[in-house]
Amino acid sequence: MTLNLGPGHAVIRRGLVLTVLGLVGVAALMVLALAYTPVEARQGLAQKIFYVHVPSATVLLWIAMPLTGLLSMLYLWLRDLRFDRLAAATAEVGTVFCLAVLATGPIWARPIWGTWWTWDGRLTLTLFLFFLLLGYHTLRASLRDPVERGRFSAVISIMGVVLVPFIHLSVYLWRGLHPQPIILKPSAPSLPPEMLRTLLVGFGVFILLFAGMVTLRYGIQLVRDAREAADAA
Amino acid sequence: MLRLVLAIAGKDLRVELRTRTSLLSAAVFAALMLIVFNFARDPTAVATIDLAPSVLWVTVAFASVVAMNRAFTVERDNNAFDGLLLAPVSRELIYLGKYLANLLFVLLVEAITLPLFILFFNLDLGGAFPPLVLTLLLATTGFVAVGTLFGAIVARTRFAELMLPVLLLPFMVPPLIYAVKVTVPLLSGRPLSEVIPGLTFLLVYDVVFLTLALLLFPAVLDE
Repeated sequence: MTLNLGPGHAVIRRGLVLTVLGLVGVAALMVLALAYTPVEARQGLAQKIFYVHVPSATVLLWIAMPLTGLLSMLYLWLRDLRFDRLAAATAEVGTVFCLAVLATGPIWARPIWGTWWTWDGRLTLTLFLFFLLLGYHTLRASLRDPVERGRFSAVISIMGVVLVPFIHLSVYLWRGLHPQPIILKPSAPSLPPEMLRTLLVGFGVFILLFAGMVTLRYGIQLVRDAREAADAA
Repeated sequence: MLRLVLAIAGKDLRVELRTRTSLLSAAVFAALMLIVFNFARDPTAVATIDLAPSVLWVTVAFASVVAMNRAFTVERDNNAFDGLLLAPVSRELIYLGKYLANLLFVLLVEAITLPLFILFFNLDLGGAFPPLVLTLLLATTGFVAVGTLFGAIVARTRFAELMLPVLLLPFMVPPLIYAVKVTVPLLSGRPLSEVIPGLTFLLVYDVVFLTLALLLFPAVLDE
């Protein structure tokens, strides 16, 4: 006898396709960055990690985290569990991206700044974001009732969204080593066209990977909930 | 309205003052931390004044978490919280009552910690004492607002005592950063004008998070 696991399986299949496409894209990005993009004059090959580090950070800070906050607010407003599942998925994939940022940052920093870690504003902010996300997942894991879990994690996530600007304010005044934005700034982007092209490909690839992983995670949650409902019945 | 808030806060404080277990353990915890810090530094290499601000705030932070754990875990026994929820009182007023009790409780722990801190570190505060008390008051007002909201959440989880610091400490960091930034010039006797930006930041944090916690608290409770 096979269990009817609902629409989750179709979502998982779709998520898998997108994730595999995203991963192939990351591989292509590596080839593009290493073979077809000029080597930066001062930093040499160490700068190549830029094409992974910056897109991951951008997806994390401008897509994953705002989405988690927005979905949490929607859940508290409309009380539809789909919003909670999606918020959990974006937060979880966001954690993976956060880890990618925190891992690639020091690898890049070591040869260029001469240190693995510095308490610069952006580094500190990312680290706190990581701990906020860990707290969010710890809380989710310790709650059984899906409705209660949804409410509590939405509250924590909204509080976190408001906290981030405060952390930013309290740490950005410190003198930092981290470079300033080079694309989203008032004047024109200050990056050679080939590098800009590779970076934009990087953005596309990581957005695709993010969408794939979130879909996959959402599908898994659907299956899990259906299974729990079947066990309860 | 104020009467209801005071009634809830009064109930909490009465329960606490009759047993005194939490207050006593939080105060002893704070005193022990100060002692441990004193032995954790090399007195010939690090001057007291360089270490004092961070010692004060780390002690205050951890002692406050220990103290705040009490607020909702006591309500769990005998399902006392259901009784509070059945009372004809709005959720916001329940929050304010619990918040007030928590705030007074943490301030009481700080009132025991501060003299011990001055004693152990041989500090001569002079005119810096009132602004230091104001800093403690402003910083505590903010993070207790978050702590009260999170306390209600973690009381429903297993390992509530461990969950609270994991969730709350990131939220305590911005007020702590600014409190330390204010304490450093205060302890080294620099002019008061230097501490105004820091105190303003603490005030903004208080207003924002107290409002937000008040708005979100009903969502934590409704079934």
